[in-house]
Amino acid sequence: MRLTYLLILGGCLIGTAPLEIFLHTRVYARLPRLAAAIVPVALVFGAWDIGAIAADWWHYDPRYLVGVTLPGKLPLEELLFFLVIPTCAVLTLEAVRARKPHWLIGDE
Amino acid sequence: MTYTLSALLGVVAAGVLDLIVLQTRLLRRKAFWTAYAIVLFFQLIVNGLLTGLKIVRYDSSTIIGWRIAHAPVEDIAFGFAMALATLSLWVWLGRRAARSTTHADR
Repeated sequence: MRLTYLLILGGCLIGTAPLEIFLHTRVYARLPRLAAAIVPVALVFGAWDIGAIAADWWHYDPRYLVGVTLPGKLPLEELLFFLVIPTCAVLTLEAVRARKPHWLIGDE
Repeated sequence: MTYTLSALLGVVAAGVLDLIVLQTRLLRRKAFWTAYAIVLFFQLIVNGLLTGLKIVRYDSSTIIGWRIAHAPVEDIAFGFAMALATLSLWVWLGRRAARSTTHADR
């Protein structure tokens, strides 16, 4: 199914959304800070991915992709992967902080 | 083993970013390792789906060949580097904002 990869990423966002709602992680509420944290990482890992695709380290099965291909033969889903997974990581760290406020993270 | 080597380099680079460049020192914090343990669990599921369903296929010459839940072990290093780099930047941005303003909203 061509939506498969996209649905996996959607599942990650839906699965972590309760952290923002119920634990008040305020990650999406601080969108500029979130973007500033994840965009540079997405660019670096996206470039890594483009290099790996060019070198035939791995390839993606088009049967599971919506079919939008970005420059460097990068499937749209891969770029989204590099935005979604880091966002989930930030949500998780903030959820840990919400439950364990005495564990310092370094930005207090 | 080119993916193997580059994934290890990615881990080292993320560690240097955290410990030396941004000095967020998340690698020494319980909160980071607790969050990473949770992230790892879900990364194993996502990586397992991506490789188990064969959405992505690896050239066997680029990986060492050890697999966990279908996914090459290199994916764990790749995912660790991505999580650490992101969280280090996130904390650094928050620390910078906290030091430049007394305003609570950061």
